[in-house]
Amino acid sequence: MCPPDYSATFAPGLIRPQHPAPAHVVAHHGKGVVQRYNVYRNNVTVSLIQALADIYPAVQRITGAEFFRAMARFHVRATPPASPLLFEYGRGFPAFIAAYPYAQALPWLADVARMERAWLDAYHAADRPALDAHALAAVDPACLATLHFEPHPAARLVRSRYCAVALFTQHRAEGAAAPLPAHAAEDALITRPEGEVIVSRLPAGGAAFLHALLAGAPLGAAANAALDEVASFDLGANLAGMLSAGVFTALRPGD
Amino acid sequence: MLAGTSFKHEHLCAILTDPPQDGFFEVHAENYMGAGGPPHRMLTALREHHALSLHGVCLSIGGPGALDQRHLARFRDLVLRYQPALVSEHLAWSSHGGTFFNDLLPLPYTHATLERVCEHIDQVQQAIGRPLLLENPATYVAFASSTMSEAEFIAAVARRTGCDLLLDVNNVFVSATNHGYSAADYLDAFPLERVGEIHLAGHSEQRDDEGALLLIDSHDRAVAPLVWDLYRTVIERIGPTPTLIEWDSALPDWPTLRAQAQAARRIMCEEPRHVPA
Repeated sequence: MCPPDYSATFAPGLIRPQHPAPAHVVAHHGKGVVQRYNVYRNNVTVSLIQALADIYPAVQRITGAEFFRAMARFHVRATPPASPLLFEYGRGFPAFIAAYPYAQALPWLADVARMERAWLDAYHAADRPALDAHALAAVDPACLATLHFEPHPAARLVRSRYCAVALFTQHRAEGAAAPLPAHAAEDALITRPEGEVIVSRLPAGGAAFLHALLAGAPLGAAANAALDEVASFDLGANLAGMLSAGVFTALRPGD
Repeated sequence: MLAGTSFKHEHLCAILTDPPQDGFFEVHAENYMGAGGPPHRMLTALREHHALSLHGVCLSIGGPGALDQRHLARFRDLVLRYQPALVSEHLAWSSHGGTFFNDLLPLPYTHATLERVCEHIDQVQQAIGRPLLLENPATYVAFASSTMSEAEFIAAVARRTGCDLLLDVNNVFVSATNHGYSAADYLDAFPLERVGEIHLAGHSEQRDDEGALLLIDSHDRAVAPLVWDLYRTVIERIGPTPTLIEWDSALPDWPTLRAQAQAARRIMCEEPRHVPA
């Protein structure tokens, strides 16, 4: 026998403030249930806003808590979590921020959010050893162009037209704000080579190169993709930087 | 293994340098369901030296729908990996229609919900290969359809499934206040002989529609004096039982949290066990 679905009547009002308390809910001595049901509404909304604040601390420091909580409340109501794993929540938040009318004066805010989401993915990603640079040195030079690089589970790339890496670094922790660099367009590399997540800025062409490698392109084609975008692309320096940042976990020879 | 605390990553260094005496730590299972990284590293470091209590908060045992089998598998994997001394979940639900609400939501106490909760606990116990400790909830509303008291419901669940019980003394106090019944009467109807763990926590105060006191199970402060008194009556009746201080927001420093656990430990060590006639 299937019990009557009390959750179907209890749930809708939890994230819809205009909904009345469910009809089948009561309190002793005929007491009202408005404030009582509101405890659950408040627990749900406040805890989910807090979940977003925990995932996006730099975004909150940039906007201030009041702005952030209002924006997060809209998002929580429009897109509540589908998974009980809260560290998976908020994947739609960067796109929500990009479209949020009140955040249009901060066009780089969504990119900072993408970096924070990527940071948390890197934090929880599977443990794998980072590729040792010696393994690459041992490859026959004739085979380098067709070589594939298997990405480390924690490796993430976030491209930005703004100085997102500087903004992220400046606002990720409490402390005095450093002056922002004048240059724009920063591509962020997020990795976890040992225990801790690290965020670094990719050099010119690095993002196009890494994007191609992560998409499964062999080394030669990825280098060409980078050269198409940046004529001065330095393959050796980029590859060395990525190896030491722990972007890859294994090599796979081409066919 | 007498008195423990919630494990917070902020406290790891302080715990490892200044460890508790015969203590244990409780973690929310869902925080360790990622593939890898620092959470598992920290839990492994903790587990090397301390007993662990694995506390699930999202299985929705009290929901009318089927259990999320993927989530149950993740829960089972954690039990196998960390071999916790205690494994618990709540008499509550948190997901409906594909949405996760991140709160412990109430259910009516009827024969139909009893059937369903027992089915769910059977599934969980089969998956983890050991008895589950089921925790009594803190609630703010009741259901017109309920046909039995919460204590009667929990007693029936324990009898039918063979599960053990996690008695949250703060929840008893909060619910008794909120629903106008006696906490002592609740405990008289509660199958105390099946209690394998006790929770203590702080609560906050609000007002209901009539302006009367409404207590909130907030886990954001020290245990209230009246809850300590109620705890003492439980320990007098059942003897020393692993007791956990839950503190999940507005976190204090480690010495403050540990002092709460030491207070529980003192009560357990001082109270002579009452032997029923």
